Amino acid sequence: MTLTLDPAFPSARYRDVIEDRDFPTVRADRERTGRAAIGCYPVYGPLELAHAAGLLPVGLFGGGNRIEIAHADSRFQSFICSVVKSTMELGFQRKLDPFDALMFESICDPARNLASIMSRNFPEQAVVYVHLPQNMTSPATADYLTAEYRRVLASLSAVTGKTVSDDDLRASLQAYNRMRAALRDLYAFRDERPQDLATGELYTLARLATLMDPLDVTPILHEALDAARARGGRMKDRIRVVLVGSFCEQPPLELIESIEESGCYMVDDDFLLGWRLFRRDVPTDGDPCRALAVAYLDDSVHLSTKHDLRAPRAKAIVDAVREHRADAAICLIAKFCEPGLFDYALYRKAFEAEAIPHLYLEFEEKMWLYEKIRTEVETFVESMLFR
Amino acid sequence: MSAPTGIRYQGELHLLQKEIMAKYFAEATAIAQGNGRKAAHLLIAGNPVELLRAFDVLPIYPEVNVLQLAVRKGSLPFIQKAEELGYATDNCAYVKADIGLFHAGYKTPFATIPKPDILVCNYVGCNVYLNWFEHLAELTGAPAMNIDIPFIRTADGEPTADDVIYVVKQLEELIVLLENVTGRSLDWSAFTKIVERSARTGELWAEIKAMTQSRPAPYDAYFDSVTMMAPLYTLRGTEEGLRFFEVAHREMAERVKAGTGPLPEERFRIVIEGPPPWPRLRVFRDMFTRWGAVAVASTYSTVGGLWEFGFRHDPAHPLESIARHMLSYNVCNRTFLQRYEQMERYVDEWHADAVVIHSVKSCRLFSAGQGDMREHFVRDRDVPTLLIESDLEDPRYFSEAQLRNRIDAFFEALEQRRITAGRGAPVPA
Repeated sequence: MTLTLDPAFPSARYRDVIEDRDFPTVRADRERTGRAAIGCYPVYGPLELAHAAGLLPVGLFGGGNRIEIAHADSRFQSFICSVVKSTMELGFQRKLDPFDALMFESICDPARNLASIMSRNFPEQAVVYVHLPQNMTSPATADYLTAEYRRVLASLSAVTGKTVSDDDLRASLQAYNRMRAALRDLYAFRDERPQDLATGELYTLARLATLMDPLDVTPILHEALDAARARGGRMKDRIRVVLVGSFCEQPPLELIESIEESGCYMVDDDFLLGWRLFRRDVPTDGDPCRALAVAYLDDSVHLSTKHDLRAPRAKAIVDAVREHRADAAICLIAKFCEPGLFDYALYRKAFEAEAIPHLYLEFEEKMWLYEKIRTEVETFVESMLFR
Repeated sequence: MSAPTGIRYQGELHLLQKEIMAKYFAEATAIAQGNGRKAAHLLIAGNPVELLRAFDVLPIYPEVNVLQLAVRKGSLPFIQKAEELGYATDNCAYVKADIGLFHAGYKTPFATIPKPDILVCNYVGCNVYLNWFEHLAELTGAPAMNIDIPFIRTADGEPTADDVIYVVKQLEELIVLLENVTGRSLDWSAFTKIVERSARTGELWAEIKAMTQSRPAPYDAYFDSVTMMAPLYTLRGTEEGLRFFEVAHREMAERVKAGTGPLPEERFRIVIEGPPPWPRLRVFRDMFTRWGAVAVASTYSTVGGLWEFGFRHDPAHPLESIARHMLSYNVCNRTFLQRYEQMERYVDEWHADAVVIHSVKSCRLFSAGQGDMREHFVRDRDVPTLLIESDLEDPRYFSEAQLRNRIDAFFEALEQRRITAGRGAPVPA
């Protein structure tokens, strides 16, 4: 039996939950608490502000491979990535009914247009748009982003009617800090003992964290870490890889598992990066909006939609390969994803310069045949193991 | 269809444009050859060219360079060079052509492009700009700055007060960077004069654009606007640029007076949305000409600035007015729905019969979601709308027969609609 299918491991309970586009966690939360929910489009948004305003922030990663696109194809062209189309399709199929609002950010051009189009087609959901800054060196940027977060907070408060105090914000910062710390621990554990925590399991847990209140999901993450620690798996003859390129549209869980089971241990990845963006806790003293803004500017990990001229991303990926003692990198990039595809050109150059073997793969969330990718990965791994 | 093809589109103004653009490219080449003057690479959308001019830094727009390559049917080898280096077929072909051009020593048939002394990434709407200039920074090693322009995202459709403050502060930082690169201080009085010339240029351009409300329109607001757009960006703020627009204004006003249009007969008035297919511009234009279709307005002509609804640079508040130009007075930084509103005004105030959406694969800022735009115009506004696809730079995406069939079918239907409904019939001038 592979680790991923271990029915006793906590992630096994949530395998169907994370793929269910009827959003059972959101419905359960509403039944229990009565609060409203906000669907948060990737890659990164200030979840803490929504949480403090009394909303349940929920990751909205399109339709996956369980939704057939029937209407959204007529709105977005064939060369637009799947997650944009399938997110709109969720609206057409009334799957977004559990949400009172939707949050979008300035991550790419199609996502930006999507925000407009969603607001026109589904006026019952308030659309909150966050402009994340792209000048990371100006002394004016922290002021700007603090003001932007205050503006966003006012829009979110308007959805719930709740007046948000700085203490409310600090409580939400703390809740997310704890959730992110738990995810960081799980990631560190996998790096150290990949034989005892499969990426499919870790992914399921991280994805669950995008669907639940951080206060509710953190204990599950702790439980999973304890369960993983109790394992005593034997290291297999696999290569260690760092995976990049899946920061927005998400590959099917089966694809993630297929890649790993084709002979690798993923020791780092950029799945669901927006929910674990910060290197360390966001300070909870002082102005919480400023703390969150400064964390984004100065304390967040590299991200293909954040253009920081101080730190080239290709160098960050090379550093990650070294830091995680990886043998190779896999670039798993969503079809038609411009930020991912542009970065690949720089990554490739850097990998070649540093003699880091790498494999380029394209995926779509709606794919359900993995044999081709499996063969490519197996061939790549064999070329590494038997060279 | 009745209008002939094989028509000569180019008049006096086009010749003048060619002359001043040749001079501009000669200046660029002289820098590349080492005359000591500085060059900045920047981008078209909501460009802050006035500041560069104030430092006598020549503005180089990679978009202008690569579209020139495409118009001269030379873009493909550069695109393919970039693809060999790892750029994807789905990446913007403007960027790929520019990267290919860099690797070819920036040598083109019309100029040798100087390497940047400074990279000014005016991030105005287009996220690809950020990738593009990041790659150029890596390739050229030039000092780079991202000028972050917050998108329009509020209910009133205006930038916030904080947005304006933020952009002005970044422009002040750009001034310091330019001072370091050029070794000279900003001459505020010279800068103010440049902004004043930009204001006057904007005034003339807005009036020229209003002239296509006449029947017939004196020029095609898509295909002929592009002739005026190059000087608007490369030479805005200069005496020469201003003179060009004075000549253009005079020529267009005379055409209005004489009732002259770009075609022998104006049979359909259309609004065109989206950038042109530069590699096959002439062939594409002929597809409309044969139906007597003239663009009376276009969104593409507002990428660098949206002057027709009242914006002017303000010499009394130069930095703030440049900030406002970047934030809200260009189509790129406005929301997709604001573009619908802009087009609705064109349809209503410019008396258009139909909308043509040219969807280009390269530019998702323009194209992503244009199916929804068509839905809006057809269902909510009852405006006949055609959606066609090709590309702005990559000739491989131009399917001539398919485009011609779609365009012919559209105008046939439009003609039928006119006959049956009596709607949109030409009004005597």
